[in-house]
Parts: sequence; structure tokens; C-alpha cells
Amino acid sequence: MSRAAAIAPRAPAVKGTAVHGTGAIRLATLVGFAILWEILGQTGLVFGEALPPMSAVALAAAREIASAAFYTHLGVTAGEVAGGFVFGVLPGVAVGLLFGARRVLGAAADPYIAALATTPKIVFLPIVMLLVGIGPGSKVALGAVSAFFPVVIATAAGMRAIPPVFVRVGRAFNLAPAQMVRMVYLPALALPIVTGMRLGLGVCIIGVLLGELKLAKAGLGFLAGDYYNQYSFPALYAIVAIVFVLAALANAAMSRLVRRAEAHR
Amino acid sequence: MRGAKPILLGLAALAVFAAVLEVLVRSGQVPKLVVASPSDTAAAIGRLIAEGNLLSALGATLLTASASVAAAVIVGLPAGYWLHKHPRYGLAYRNWLGALFAAPLVLIYPVVLVLFGRTYASTGFMGFLVGLVAVVLYTREGLAAVSPTLVRVGRAFNLTPAQEFWKILLPAGAPMIFTGIRLGTIYALVNIIGVEFLINFGGLGFLVSDTYDRFDIPGMYAAILCVILVSGGMLWLLGRVQIWLRPA
Repeated sequence: MSRAAAIAPRAPAVKGTAVHGTGAIRLATLVGFAILWEILGQTGLVFGEALPPMSAVALAAAREIASAAFYTHLGVTAGEVAGGFVFGVLPGVAVGLLFGARRVLGAAADPYIAALATTPKIVFLPIVMLLVGIGPGSKVALGAVSAFFPVVIATAAGMRAIPPVFVRVGRAFNLAPAQMVRMVYLPALALPIVTGMRLGLGVCIIGVLLGELKLAKAGLGFLAGDYYNQYSFPALYAIVAIVFVLAALANAAMSRLVRRAEAHR
Repeated sequence: MRGAKPILLGLAALAVFAAVLEVLVRSGQVPKLVVASPSDTAAAIGRLIAEGNLLSALGATLLTASASVAAAVIVGLPAGYWLHKHPRYGLAYRNWLGALFAAPLVLIYPVVLVLFGRTYASTGFMGFLVGLVAVVLYTREGLAAVSPTLVRVGRAFNLTPAQEFWKILLPAGAPMIFTGIRLGTIYALVNIIGVEFLINFGGLGFLVSDTYDRFDIPGMYAAILCVILVSGGMLWLLGRVQIWLRPA
């Protein structure tokens, strides 16, 4: 390589070729992954029975989607996620507003919120089960505890980021508290709250499904655990794959909401 | 807000909360079988330490986490470097890495359990997986963000690719790469404890589910408290290291 070529900025040259190559690379990766999985599964070379071929998993997934029982379990999980989300987000917004508005309180609570937000929520399941029993309520509660923390953190940060001049202008116009909320706080807080809700929904889904996997009588997590106990590995892989697709869809829907809030600014 | 006031306020609130809980549990307003009193929980920590359960569980969790993070760095650092050196692949996989980073990876643990059984390989692999995604993602981003001027200076000095990596790319990309290692470590630790709880195996997570199964309620609260302390402590510690690493 000549010195001139070495010294010239190389970023543009890369970009030109890169746009063409990426699609092919992704396609080749997916196909290669599928072929490798199929071969490993068919031959049982590395994992034996534990890794069913991709075709068997796809078949099992199709069977699940065609069965009525699957939708019953899906309904239970969806209900628990919805309940956990609502019971996590509402107090999360309220507490976040409080911590954002009263800075000393927010600073005092910060280390505890940060530690609890990091803690794997599933270890709270025993406490939750002692409090509300082992039924669907425990999954709702675990989902709520999970969703609570991202929302608190995002709301409090959003509240602290409101330029004081906005609030002073509102006061100068003698806005009533309700008007302050509608005209000053809500527009400024929509984006951070929706962003917190997106993260909250993700961890809420995790909390509910892990709770179901540990101990439940219904739900997709229960179904996966049930297939595990029956050694129906293709069906287990299928449920896990379906759960991932559903979680990705939920995340995509929330991301759209975030983008709308962004556009609203 | 900095200074001692918020810290004192936080500690005071915690003390009041513990005192109220103590009174409620002792007076029987809150059943002892649901909530352990703070004094019983403190005593249980002492008991679990004396019996050797707590420290061995802590050691098992931290060892599993260290091994999985070490493996994630050993695999992820070269992988991130490779993606940087082959930008077409870097661009092709970039969004996938981002999606994986945000995906609920812990939900694949039943599949990992099928593959590796109830062993440290399962808990360790779950930590390795989330750690790897973070390290690869941030290494690639960190190296891509290194100032082209620095790289050109290196070229002008005719550095070999190895010299370029050790003397220019790695030091310049270090803060971002460490962000990846920091996030990877926290996610790995949290996932490992969670999976330990779910499969009744290993360290602190196992201690929580084991004390619950034996209906040792104070012990269970003590174990959960330790999980919170370890998670929060790791977050704080790595945050300090990150500040220390930041170029002045």
C-alpha cells in the first residue's frame, strides 16, 4: 500500500462498498446458521438429543400456532404482562415525578433505586409469593416490580432536565397547577416517560415469563417448563423462539411510540 | 446534588423504615412467616456466614461471573477488533448486535439448561452470552470512534497492525471498551444470579431459592439482601473504575 493511500481518509471508500455487501453477508450468515443448526441437529454430533434440528423446531412452532391451548397460555401471559405493566408504570411515574421535583429526595433515594434496579428481580419472587400467593397475582407483581424501576429513573431524569425557564414562563403567565401539568410538564416529560415505559415493558415481560417458568399453572413460561419436564425439546425451542418474536414485536411497538413522542417535541 | 445531606437523609429513611418494619412484625401486624423482621434478618446473615453457606455462595457466584466475563473479553475483544478491521461485516452485524444487546436473552435459559444441564456450565454460559454481546458491541463502536488522526499518525510511523492495535487503537478506545466490559459484567452477574435461582443451582441465587424451599424466611430475606448488596456494590465499584479510567 502506498503512503498516500495509507494516509488518505478511508471512511468514504468503505461506505461505498459496504452498502452493497451487508445484505449478502447477512443472508449468508442466516443461511449458514440454519444449515449448521440442521446438520448438528440431524446428526446429534455435539449435543445429541438436546439440540433438535431446525426443521423439527419449525414444525413444532407451526403446531403450537395452530393449537388452541397455545392461545390460552398466550392470553394468560399477556394478561399478566398487561397487569404488571400498568401496576409498575403508574407508581413509577408518580414516584419519578416526586424524586424529580424534590431534588434532595431524589439524591437521597438514588443509590437505593440504582441498586434495586440492577438486582435481578426474579429473586424477589419468594417474597411476592409469600405476599400474594403462587397464582397469576405473583407474576403480575413481579412484572410490576420489574417495570417500576426503569420508569422511575427515566421520569426523574426527565423532570430534572426540564429547563427552569419553562417553569418560570408558566408561572409568569399565572398558569393554574393543572395548566402547568398540561402545558409545561407533560410535553417535556412525554419522551422520557415513554422511553422508560419501553424499557419497563421489556423487563416486565422477562419478570412475568421467568416467574411462570419457576412456578405456575398456566402461561407461555409454564408451557416451556412443561415441555422441558416432558423432554419435548423441539416444542421447548419453539416456545422460546415464539417468545423472542413476541418480545421483539412488543419492543418495536414501544419504539414507534418513542419515535412519535420524539416527533412531538 | 452532592454532599452529605442526601446520604444522611437516605440512611435516616432506611433506619425509620427498618424500625417501623421491626415494630410491625414484632407486634404481629405483619405475619412473621411473610416478612422477617430486620433484626431476625441481620441475625440470619450472621448465621448463614457462621454455617459457611453465605460466603461459599458468594464465592461461587463471583467466580462464575469472573470466569464468564473473562471468557467474554477473550472472545469479544478480538471479535470486536475483527469487525472493526472488516467494516463490511461490522456494518452488517451492527444492528444485530444492538438488537441482541436489547433482547431478553435470559429467556433462552431453558434451552441452555437442555444443552448443559444443571451445572456451572449453564449459569456460566448465560453470563458469558450477555457479556459477550456487550463486549463485542462496545469494542467495535469504541475502535470505530478512534480519531482518524491518531491512526494516520501511526501509519506515518509505519506501525505494524499489532503495534497499531496496542499503541493506538486499544488506549484510545479503552474508555468505550471498558463501558462494554462494565455493562457486560453487571448483566452477566445479574443473569447468573437469576438463573441460579431459577434452576436451584450454584451460588447466591441458589441460596435464595434453597432458604425459601426450607421455609427459612429470615435466611431468605438475608440472602435477597445480599443479592441486592452484591448487585448494587458491583454497579458502584465499576462506576468508580470507569471514572478513574476517563482521560483527564
